[in-house]
Amino acid sequence: MSEFAEIALTVNGRSYPLRLEPRRTLLDAIRDCGLTGTHMGCEHGVCGACTVLLDGEPVRACLIFAVQAQGAAIRTVEGLATGDALHAVQRAFIAHHGVQCGFCTPGFLMLATAVLEREPDIGDDALLDVLSSNLCRCTGYRGIVAAVRAALAELRGGRT
Amino acid sequence: MKPAPFAYHRPATLDAAVRLLAELAPQDGRVLAGGQSLVPMMAFRLARPAHLIDINGVAGLGDATVRDGELRIGALVRHAAFHRPAGGGPLGAMLAAVARHIGHYPIRTRGTFCGSLANADPAAEWCLVAATLDAALRAVGPRGERLIAARAFFRGAMETALAADELLCEARLPALPPDTRWGFAEFGRRAGDFALAMALAAYRVEAGIIVAPRLGVGAVEAAPRRIAAAEAALAGQAPGAAAFRAAAEAAMAALDPLADAASEPQYRRELAGAMVYRALMQADAPPGRPG
Repeated sequence: MSEFAEIALTVNGRSYPLRLEPRRTLLDAIRDCGLTGTHMGCEHGVCGACTVLLDGEPVRACLIFAVQAQGAAIRTVEGLATGDALHAVQRAFIAHHGVQCGFCTPGFLMLATAVLEREPDIGDDALLDVLSSNLCRCTGYRGIVAAVRAALAELRGGRT
Repeated sequence: MKPAPFAYHRPATLDAAVRLLAELAPQDGRVLAGGQSLVPMMAFRLARPAHLIDINGVAGLGDATVRDGELRIGALVRHAAFHRPAGGGPLGAMLAAVARHIGHYPIRTRGTFCGSLANADPAAEWCLVAATLDAALRAVGPRGERLIAARAFFRGAMETALAADELLCEARLPALPPDTRWGFAEFGRRAGDFALAMALAAYRVEAGIIVAPRLGVGAVEAAPRRIAAAEAALAGQAPGAAAFRAAAEAAMAALDPLADAASEPQYRRELAGAMVYRALMQADAPPGRPG
C-alpha cells in the first residue's frame, strides 16, 4: 500500500542511495546502510540509544522518517574517529569509565558531541539536564558525566 | 514498534499543504511537523494515518517574530528556539524557562510549539502557556483562515477546535508588560517525563497589590485552563505567602482532576495546589532574576 521511495542519505559525508518505504525511520535507514553503530533501543523516542546529529543538532533517529532526512548532513558514531585516532569524547569515555555494556554508548557519544560543538560553555546543571536525555542502565551516569566534563575541559584548553 | 504503511507528501508551500490536507484529511491524512508525539504514537500503532503531509519543507513557517505587541510563532518553530529568550521582555524569559521542561534536548530540537498545541496533550507545557496567556491560534483550511482563542481551542485530552482539514500555522502570544512577574512550576516523576501537575502564574504589582493576575493549571484536567477562582483570590491582595496559599486552595477546590493508574484525583489536586503555590512564590522572588 505504501510505495517505495528512492532517496539518498548523506551519512558522515558519504552519500548512500536507498530504496525504502516512507514508514522506515532514519534509524532503520542508517542501519540499512551497514552503519550499525547507531543502536536500536526503544524505537519510540524514550531511550536515546539512536541519537545522531542531523545538521549538527542531536535528534532521535527513531522519531524521524528517513525520507525526511534527505539533503541533511547526518553524523553517526562511525564518523567520530579519524582513522585510528579516537575523538576526544571517545577517549574521555574510556578514561572515565563512561562505558560498561556499551549499548547506550553511541547515543551518548553523539549527544555529548552536540554539547561539545554547540554549547562548549555549558554549566553543570544544564549538562546534567542534557545528559538526562538518554538512558544508561549500567554506569549510574557518574562516569558519563565525568567523561563529558573532561572532554569539555580538554576542549577549553585545560587538560585534565 | 514499526509504524503502519502510509503515503508521504512533502509540499513546499502553505497553499500546497492546505490543498493536500483538504484532499487527504477525509482519507485519514494528517500533518507531520516535528513528529515527536505523532511518530511514537505511530510506532505503537495508536495512530495509523494513511497519508502524512510533512510540512517541514514549507517556506515561511520557521520564524518567531514580534509584531503588533504579539509574539507570532510559526508552525515550524522548534521548542529549542526558545532556549534563548525570544523577543525579549518577560515573555521571552518565561518561554525560555518553560522550554527547559519539555521532553529532552534532542526532542526539543525537533518538536514544534504549534505541533504541541495541535496535539493537545493534557500535560503539554505550551498548551498551558497558550491557555494562561490567552493566545490566538491561526488556522488555515479550505474555507480560508480563522483565529481561534486558546480558551475555545482546547476541548479535551488530545482534542482541539481544529477541523481535520485545518492546519495550525501560527500561534500568537501577547507580549507581557515589562513589570510582569511570572513563575512556572511542574511536577513529574522523572526529568523529561509527562508532568502530573503544572502551574503558570503572571501578575503585576501596583501600589503594593496584585493586578491583572493570570493563573493557569495544566496536566491536571483534560485540558489546561485559567482558574478564575484562584485569580480572584490574588487580585487586590499584597503578594506573599498568605495570598498565594489562598490562591492554591482556591485552585484545588476548582479543579476536577484526571484519574489514571498512577495517581488518584486527590493526589493530583494536592500536587496542583503545591505547583500553584510554587509558581506564585517564584514570581514573587525569582531565583537569579531581579524581582
